[in-house]
Amino acid sequence: MIPAESAVKEADGLAFGRRVREDSGVDFNRCYQCLTCTLSCPVSFAMDYQPNQLMRMIQTGAAAEVLRSRTIWVCASCETCAARCPQGIDIPRVMDTLRQIALREKIAGREAAIPAFHLTFLKSIRRWGREYELGMVIGLKIKTRDFFNDIGLGIRMLMKGKMGLLPHRIKGAGEIQAIFRKSREVGED
Amino acid sequence: MKYAYYPGCSQETTSAEYNRSAVEVCRALEIELVEIPDWNCCGASSCHAVDDRLAHALVGRNLAIAEKEGTDLAVVCPACFLRLRKTRKEFRDDAALREKLPGLIDMPYSARYEVRHLLDILANTVGFEKVAEKVKKPLAGLKVVAYYGCYLVRPPEVTGIDDPENPQIMDTLLKALGADALDWRGKVECCGGSLLLTRRDIEGRLVAGICEAAREVGAEAIVTACGLCQHNLETGQPGENPLPVFYFTELMGLAYGLDARPWLRRHLVNPASLLKKHGFN
Ligand code: SF4
Ligand code: SF4
Repeated sequence: MIPAESAVKEADGLAFGRRVREDSGVDFNRCYQCLTCTLSCPVSFAMDYQPNQLMRMIQTGAAAEVLRSRTIWVCASCETCAARCPQGIDIPRVMDTLRQIALREKIAGREAAIPAFHLTFLKSIRRWGREYELGMVIGLKIKTRDFFNDIGLGIRMLMKGKMGLLPHRIKGAGEIQAIFRKSREVGED
Repeated sequence: MKYAYYPGCSQETTSAEYNRSAVEVCRALEIELVEIPDWNCCGASSCHAVDDRLAHALVGRNLAIAEKEGTDLAVVCPACFLRLRKTRKEFRDDAALREKLPGLIDMPYSARYEVRHLLDILANTVGFEKVAEKVKKPLAGLKVVAYYGCYLVRPPEVTGIDDPENPQIMDTLLKALGADALDWRGKVECCGGSLLLTRRDIEGRLVAGICEAAREVGAEAIVTACGLCQHNLETGQPGENPLPVFYFTELMGLAYGLDARPWLRRHLVNPASLLKKHGFN
């Protein structure tokens, strides 16, 4: 893993803003700080920077703070802010772009469990072609060293057949692997 | 009436009762849902956060397979619905994606057919009058709130099957079944989605707010169109007497006199006593 410091420095400053704009296709410079996004956001209470602050930070090139923030990961992609922004700024799209940059640059941010979840989920698809919940939950628990939370719920789900014990591998699993090979822009974690 | 059908991963496991009830009520309405062969996961709430190209390619394979059925594609999961519609829209709008997608999936794709949510099909192709005609046991007196969550209505320019702030489509359906669909403030709130698996604290707080809003208006149950919402609402409710959470298709099945027991048995919040109170066994 590249040390976070050097990766952030490289992505720093105004070049960072240009990159976010290019990758996302979103013009966050149109933001006039009306706060509609933040006041609409259901998870603002769990963010270290509010969505409107994040727009300003990207404009001013605060790359390191943005890419290490909890905000980019705890955003639930609920699309409420985008539906209400009077300037038509697609904030969830910007969040996706920031996540992709943070993963590509291997930046260790304040929120570890959520990016680990996304990568574990993708591994499951790569391997089976479908989501394999039990394998994913176990993989995630190993990654985050959290073994005891929700065990009771997990057992109830297994009993009700809500979580398959075994994965379903699709016939075209080879095609899925080829799709990963051809598409994947981010290296394996 | 025939549609290609994409069930989506959760509908095979966690929310299999959604899939089964959807297929059965459609059969009762003479809608044939033809499951597309060997579909793969659409990438759901994770892939778009990691890699754009991969997200479009995983979805594109399903779209290309579905196109071979020669009909529009029906979907029940709102997250799959968003992903499928988004890739189709970008394929139509963006020449670069049009050029590279077939190579990534090694299949032709033309975006000829629409991706439609079952609620939209019921409202706008079948018609709620016809949906109501099949009711044998009206859900009279059952007080419910229709919970839409995020992706049925947002982003409005991609999915938007109804007004993004105050949708009515599911309320109208529930009224057609005879239920008392109450007006409430939680209908388009977010349940936290996949934060369930990583930040239970956040997800729990969102779920608690939604359930509070449902109780505030005197709802006896919440009705949803999403497997992840159903799961989050069932498992994250605080307090002693959690509200049952139904799929709209299950309530259709009950009103149509279909055998709903195999679906309802799988619920983590047992709805039996509520249904008994209203004369359903
Ligand atoms: S709603 Fe739009 S314009 Fe208003 S603060 Fe948020 S991003 Fe800026
Ligand atoms: S998409 Fe993210 S930032 Fe926007 S309102 Fe939802 S959780 Fe908040």
